[in-house]
Amino acid sequence: MSQLAIQNVSRIFHGARGQQTQALLPIDFDVHENDFVTILGPSGCGKSTLLRIVAGLDYPTTGRVLLDGQPVEGPGADRGMVFQSYTLFPWLTVEQNIRFGLRERGMPKPEQQERCNFFIAKVGLRGFENHFPKQLSGGMQQRTAIARALANDPKILLLDEPFGALDNQTRVLMQELLLGIWESAQKTVLFVTHDIDEAIFMANRVAVFSARPGRIKTELAVDFPHPRHYTIKTSPEFMELKARLTEEIRAESMAAADH
Amino acid sequence: MAALSNSTISDAKGTTDSGAVAPVRRRPLAPLESVNLTTRWALGLAFFVLFFAVWSFFTLGGYVSPTFLASPITMAEEGWMLFAKYNFLYDIGMTVWRVFGGFFLAAVIAVPLGIAMGAHKGVEAFLEPFVSFCRYLPASAFIPLLILWAGLGELQKLLVIFIGSVFQITLMVAVTVGSARRDLVEAAYTLGADSSGIVKRVLIPGAAPGIAETLRLVLGWAWTYVIVAELIGSSSGIGHMITDSQALLNTGQIIFGIIIIGLIGLVSDFAFKALNRRLFVWSAL
Repeated sequence: MSQLAIQNVSRIFHGARGQQTQALLPIDFDVHENDFVTILGPSGCGKSTLLRIVAGLDYPTTGRVLLDGQPVEGPGADRGMVFQSYTLFPWLTVEQNIRFGLRERGMPKPEQQERCNFFIAKVGLRGFENHFPKQLSGGMQQRTAIARALANDPKILLLDEPFGALDNQTRVLMQELLLGIWESAQKTVLFVTHDIDEAIFMANRVAVFSARPGRIKTELAVDFPHPRHYTIKTSPEFMELKARLTEEIRAESMAAADH
Repeated sequence: MAALSNSTISDAKGTTDSGAVAPVRRRPLAPLESVNLTTRWALGLAFFVLFFAVWSFFTLGGYVSPTFLASPITMAEEGWMLFAKYNFLYDIGMTVWRVFGGFFLAAVIAVPLGIAMGAHKGVEAFLEPFVSFCRYLPASAFIPLLILWAGLGELQKLLVIFIGSVFQITLMVAVTVGSARRDLVEAAYTLGADSSGIVKRVLIPGAAPGIAETLRLVLGWAWTYVIVAELIGSSSGIGHMITDSQALLNTGQIIFGIIIIGLIGLVSDFAFKALNRRLFVWSAL
């Protein structure tokens, strides 16, 4: 059954001088439990807007979002989010950041510690528990952010181009890390990206967005077996998928440039 | 499972610069080029020396009449007299107590008010115009009114400092809190924080270094208000001593009083800075 249901969701932004921008055309989209779905689209296509609506940080102009049948009415701990910008709390250490959500919900200290240790190990940050975010590299900050979101045990993990600000090598390692975590502990994931390799490598399903106003243009199943190794990126099947998506995205990027 | 060797990417930024030798600065006079610590102190001290030298030259050389400007030596002698004969320590104590008392009262009211204004736009819309208006009312102009209301006692002195500080702190704190990073607030919401969690555990800790800096700044201004308050209708304090000395044309004592104020201000500023650095290690990283 579908865990997340996006029903007829559209978004119109109202400008300061009364002009309207249609960011999203009405979208219907379902995400099944433990599915890993990537949303691929050119920049400015509204894919982040859709993710923010699912997170409850933005509101749809029409339609609604259901999580386990319950309408989303605002942000909540059941939808963990990792942002593109570095959003660790700079006054908290790595460990305190990861425990933030647990503390908010009043979990007993020993339990917080246990969960925190588990996820610190999972994202490979042992030894950095007491570092402040500014003492970490960008990749380490995003790993902490992933651990922070996962420690809360959300029903669905939302990622908004989380590796977009990282250098290429680090990004590739982060993709493998995240995929490894997903493979070992099943979790529903909705991942927004403009990177075609990233979209294919991690996803079971890729949803391609059109240029603004955004809508889902194509959906593509990615059937590579798990666990996936980075070498599949050079396999002919991967290449074929990539070529297809490149064409799709190219058409949209050109459409976006024409506006 | 993650078949990823973490050692390859877990290099903290801070570990790379160990054992590095500072490069030689070739262009010490270029804009924005940094100065090393020793030079910094030496330069800072040099100006004081220069200042005293010029002062001594004009006063001891007889170019300025002692009636208008005492020499550094006279000043030092008068200063000693103040402590030895006139119990100047008591005056200093009174002034310090007034500054900190008034400032403390202002901070206790203004900081929570500023946080409420910064966090809640409704509170801001309600109070901001009035507080902005009050900010421009000169504290010294209130002295006659305050004397009328509170007499010539300590309360009146404290109120001058209070009026001079409270509106400034409120507005500056409100701006600091209001300019919190939106993405951190959103992150906290997705981690399950509610409104009170956002204020207590995101807005306040994020704004704390800025608030502390505001307090340090306004404490400096409080020192100027206290002297004004003591110039009128006072029987103790550094400002009172200065008015007394004016009547006796004792410029040495006046200058000594001014220097003492400067020194106390400098020391409290240093202490404040050191405290802020200790409390908010993360913000200086």
